[in-house]
Order: sequence, then C-alpha cells, then structure tokens
Amino acid sequence: MTAITDDIRIDIVTDREGLKRRLRAVERKRRIRALALVAPLFLFILLSFVVPIGNLLKNAVYDPSIHDLMPQTVTALGTWDGKELPDEAAFAALAADLGAANKAKTIALIGKRLNYEISGIRSKILVSGRKAGALTAGPYKEAMIGIDKIWGERDTWAVLKRSTSAITSFYVLDALDLGQDADGGLVATPEERAIYVTLYMRTLKISITVTIATLLLGFPLAYLLANLPTRTSNLLMILVLLPFWTSLLVRTTAWFVLLQDNGVINDSLRFLHLTNEPLPLIFSRFGTVVAMTHIQLPFTLLPIYSVMKTISPSYVRAARSLGAGPFHAFWKVYFPLTVPGIAAGCLLTFILCLGYYITPALVGGPTDQMVSGIIDRAMNSENNWGKASALGAILLAATLILYFIYNRLVGIDKIRLG
Amino acid sequence: MKALPWLCAALLAGVSATAISVPKQASADGTLTVISWGGAYQESQRKAFMEPYAKETGTKINEGEYNGEIAKIRAMVESKSVTWDVVDVDTQTALAACAEGTLETIDWKKLGLDRSKFIGGELQDCAVPNILYSTVIAYDTTKLNPGPTSITDLFDLKKFPGKRALQKNPFVNLEWALLADGVAMGDVYKVLNTPEGVDRAFKKLDTIKSEVVWWESGAQPPQLLADGQVVIASDWNGRFFDAVKKDKKPFKIVWDGQAPDWDWWAMPKGGPNLDAAYKFISWSSQPAPMAEQTKYISYGPANKDAGPKIDPAVLPDLPTAPDNMKNVLAVDPQFWADNGDQLRERFNAWLSK
Repeated sequence: MTAITDDIRIDIVTDREGLKRRLRAVERKRRIRALALVAPLFLFILLSFVVPIGNLLKNAVYDPSIHDLMPQTVTALGTWDGKELPDEAAFAALAADLGAANKAKTIALIGKRLNYEISGIRSKILVSGRKAGALTAGPYKEAMIGIDKIWGERDTWAVLKRSTSAITSFYVLDALDLGQDADGGLVATPEERAIYVTLYMRTLKISITVTIATLLLGFPLAYLLANLPTRTSNLLMILVLLPFWTSLLVRTTAWFVLLQDNGVINDSLRFLHLTNEPLPLIFSRFGTVVAMTHIQLPFTLLPIYSVMKTISPSYVRAARSLGAGPFHAFWKVYFPLTVPGIAAGCLLTFILCLGYYITPALVGGPTDQMVSGIIDRAMNSENNWGKASALGAILLAATLILYFIYNRLVGIDKIRLG
Repeated sequence: MKALPWLCAALLAGVSATAISVPKQASADGTLTVISWGGAYQESQRKAFMEPYAKETGTKINEGEYNGEIAKIRAMVESKSVTWDVVDVDTQTALAACAEGTLETIDWKKLGLDRSKFIGGELQDCAVPNILYSTVIAYDTTKLNPGPTSITDLFDLKKFPGKRALQKNPFVNLEWALLADGVAMGDVYKVLNTPEGVDRAFKKLDTIKSEVVWWESGAQPPQLLADGQVVIASDWNGRFFDAVKKDKKPFKIVWDGQAPDWDWWAMPKGGPNLDAAYKFISWSSQPAPMAEQTKYISYGPANKDAGPKIDPAVLPDLPTAPDNMKNVLAVDPQFWADNGDQLRERFNAWLSK
C-alpha cells in the first residue's frame, strides 16, 4: 500500500512539468479549433468586406493620375517655390507632357482630374495638348501662355503642383466644404456650392429622429409582446415581422401611395372636411421620417423584445409586494433591466439609418436628401470615385466616433440582443 | 455581449455580398450580353433587335438592365472581368468612358456601316448612334385646358398654377430657365458660360423652386402626372408616349424647347465576344430594324436611311418630325463635360437651401 502511494507521489512530482505541458497542449488545441471555426467567417469578412472597402477608401486620399501621366512636369515642379510663375523648364515639361498625353489619348484623364478643382479647364487642356504636340522649340513659356492664358496664372500652377503628389487631401477637404488657395492655406468652399457639412448634419438629425421614433413606438409594443400569452404574442409578432420580409423598395412605394396629395390619407382628410388643401405629407421631412421609422421599427423592437423575454416577472412582483407602486416598480426595477436591449436596438437602427438613400429620394423633398444619396451619385453617375470615397470615409469616421461616445455613455459590453 | 460588433460586421458583409454581383465567366461562342435601360425602351429594342437577331443568327442573347451607371463599366474594365458585350449608353457616359479608355474605339469598317449616314455619327469615337430621344415637358389635358405651349409657360406660375416635376439635375433645367428668362436659343450656352449667366439661371429657377417635385428615375414623371401630384412634368418623350399609347393617359407633349440627345451602342473594352458584339451592333443599325423600333417607342432612328421606312402614322410622335423641330435646344455635351462637376455641386447646394 505504501509502495503504491509512494509511486503515485513520485509520479506526481515527476509529472508536474509534464502535466503542465499536456494542459498547455490541450489548451492550444482548443484555441486552434476555435480559430478554425471562426476562420471561414473571418476570411469571408476580410475578402468580401474589409479588402474591397479599404480599396475604395484608398481612393479618398490616393489619386496618382497627374503623378503618372505628367512625369516631366512632376519633376520640374519639384523645386518650384510657388511664389512666381515657374521657370522655362517647367513650361517645357508641361508642353512635352501634354503633347505626349495627347498622343497616348490619356489627356482626358488629366483634364478630368484638374477640372474638379478648376471648372472648365478640361477643354483648355485638351486644346493645349493638341497644340503643344506641335511645338518643337522654345521658348515654351510664351508659347504655352499664347495657347491659353490659363497657363500664365499662378493658381493653375498651384493646383497642378498640389496634384503632382499621389497622396492628396483634395477629396477629403472638398467633402468637408473646404479647399486650398494658391499658397496652400485652407479656404471655405464658396457658399453657393457648399453642401456637404449641411448634408452630414442632416443625415445625423434624421437618423436620431428616426431612432427616437422607433424607440417610442417599439418599446410599448415590445412590452406588450413580451407579456402576452404566447399564442397571441406569436400572432402579433408575425404582424411585426411581415413588413420586415417585404422589400424596402416596396414598402417605400407603399408609403408613397399613402402619403401623396391625392393619396389615401389626404383624400380621407378632405372627405371628412378636416382640410381643404392637401397636407404636404409627401416630399417632406415628415414623409421621410415616417417611412424610415416604419422600415426600422423591427430593428429596434426585436432586441428590446428578446431582452424583455428574459426578465423574470418575479422581479416586478417582488417589488410590488415590497410596497412599490406600479409605475415605481416598472421604472426602478423593470426598465433598467431593458436598457441593454434598448441600447442594442437603438444602435442598430441609428447605424442603418445613416446609410439610407432610396427612401429619402422617393418620399423626401430636396431638403431631405441624405449623404448616401450623394455618395451614390458621385460613384455611379459622376464617376468621381475620389469624392465618393472621401464622403464615405468621413461618414465611416463619424460613425466610429459616435460609436466610441456611445460606448463611453452606455458601455458596449452592456448591450444585449437577448 | 462582445459579439455585437461582429454581428453587425457580419450583417453588413452579408448586405455587401448581395450587392456585389458575381461576375460570370466569359460566355462561349454564340452568346451575347446586351445591357440597356429597361422599361418600354428595352422592350422596343427587344422586339426590333434582340429577338429577330437571335432568331436569324442563332445567337443566344442575355439581356440585362442598368441605370446608366458608368461606374459599373469602369469597375468591370479595371478588374478585367468584362461580362457586358454591348451597352446602350447616353452621350455623357459615352464621352466620359471613352476619355477614360473603358470603351472600345469603334472600327466603322469592321461594322460595315457608312458613318456619314448616322446623325451624330462623327461626334463620338467609342459609340454608334442608336436613337434620338428628347427631353420635353408634358401636361395632363384634363387638368390644364388650355395647356402650356412653350417652355416659358413652365415657369409661369400665374398662368399655370400647380406643381411641376423636373429632373434632379441641372442638365437642361438651367438651359430652360435661361430660355424662359428671355435668352435667345442660340445664346444659351454663351450666357451659361459666364458666372452671371449661371446666377441668372438659378434666379429664374428660384421663382418656381417651391412648386417643383424633383424626379430621379424616368418612370416617375408619368406617374406623378397620373396621380395628380403635378400638373406639368419633364421627361424623355418616349416615356410620355408610352403612357399615352399603353395606359391611355390624357397627356400632351409640348415640343417647344425640346432638348434632343442620343443614345448609343458601345462596347466595354476587353469584352470576351467582341466580334459578335460588332455583328449585333451592325445588324441593329440597319435601316429596317431601326424603322421597326419606332413601332414600339417614339424615338427617332439615328440611321438617316431608316427615315423613309418609318410608318407615317408614327412620324408626328418622333422628336425629329418637322412640326416638333420648330424650337429645339441643341444640348452642348462639351459644356457639360467642362462645367458639369461644379454646376451639379451648386445645384445640389441650391436644392438643399
């Protein structure tokens, strides 16, 4: 007997190191298995989401078009101090580059890039390129200014010099209603063209309004659903989910039919002689918020509902039996328990709202358009990917900052979906 | 719950994955992908071009729709995964995409067509003119009687009170504003090329701003008119024609100040079926199929030889009919290529105020 215990003791002593090692090996295996389980999703997100989005966002600060297409001018302007017009060598380089670009049919790209900053320069560059190709001897300075007097302006050269760098701040500044003057100082975009800051503020305002509206409508409904007998609550739940399964476009169009001047609501109001003129329900902020609230309601409601489902009714009963009134018991005991659900639902709705553009485009007026609509337009119809990326990057940054503040206020770890 | 950010990311990834269409493999011989604008327009192309062509040559044609997004062509060409063989593009898109090098340069010899026979054929290097459409205004005859007769009436809220639907784009609207403000037809772009001229156009638009509903898709204006949401609307003439012919709507087009423009056939660079694409464009540009198309939509064929083959009953509805050509706004694509960026920004800012 003693021999056996001795053996074991010896085993334990000698195996302490081995045991630790084995434990570590098991731990490592478990970690690898966990990673392997997560890996497909991680790879999927990386390849289908992070990489393409990162690639697009790069366009916001990276535009090598002038750098690549005008190599001689880039070198010649490297030493230019920007105070006076550049020297003869720079003009010669300009003539050579434009002539070459004209031959290679890439000159339109130069025109397109510079036209963002100097309206109308596109056609002047095309003409300059055609004529510069015919120049064979200097002095190039007089010749180029003779072709178009825009080359005799310091502003043109300042813009050209700024865009010789492949890394550019132009798109981001433009998306913040800012620009640079000839000396590189920041200037505000002329008031008649400044729009983006207004758009961001409006996007935030509409998103916050919709989030609050969905909360006010969704909370009582979630409470009702969570406290009804299962059979009734399931039926009501289907009614909540039914529109959720309908296409966003269809629901928006349905609101269009309801809200228009000769729509169901206005016709009923007139029939009841409550109004004479149709109320401006459509093409207004009101219509936008109503339609968006309807679409977003399930996103706010469902997390609140699932959190409420987990709250045991005995808590409120206990509070009541200890003498709290119905409101007091609700407010002090029940409500704080629902906060994680409220936080999750509101965050989900708010972030989804930031990206809306079809709904505001269809039921909103011109003063209800949100920033995503402009991003879509810059991307798809104006073919200005730099602008689209810059606007998107700023929206993403703003969202992350808000998320950070939200985290500080609510605490992301407190959020629960059920 | 730490998983929330992941959940959100996964959700977003799911959304973006559905938004990115999976590129198809280059098709084998005998198939062709043709992309157009959908609706009544593509329907007319299907009946006049795609179906008869497929029947005659045995080619299988895959049709697709888009909304003129030049970005799709660019992305396709840049990623070297071109799946569209033939695309119907508008003037601005054709010019911009050609300048960027994302369209094939047209080899008219290979097409076997006489370039001079095509209205506007000399204007573009990367596109073959296909039809002439026109941006016009129309009104509901049951709501306005007598109705507007000129582009000036569009801006006359006293004579024709009520809302108007205009395209959410400065294009054509600024020109119309100047015309209504008394600028002569020939001077429109001369005036618009000056800062004062732009101010003047916006000032004129200011006078009706509160009464304008801005549309983005060509399907909206006939609907807005039919719903009584507006009394006058601008749109492409074929859309109004379709509403009148098919849905028997009481709309009447005002041809004064009509702004004709082209639609073009183009081929994204590096498409897998270039020869077949050339064949299709060549076939569709012959006088007979082009005349056939006018049976289904009221756009003018770009091939001059198609003119005599058009059914006389259709002629008065075409933008090119002499009666409709009395006061035409010749849109200047170069002006818009130069000034479009800044004017659109200004227009959007103006709308927001």
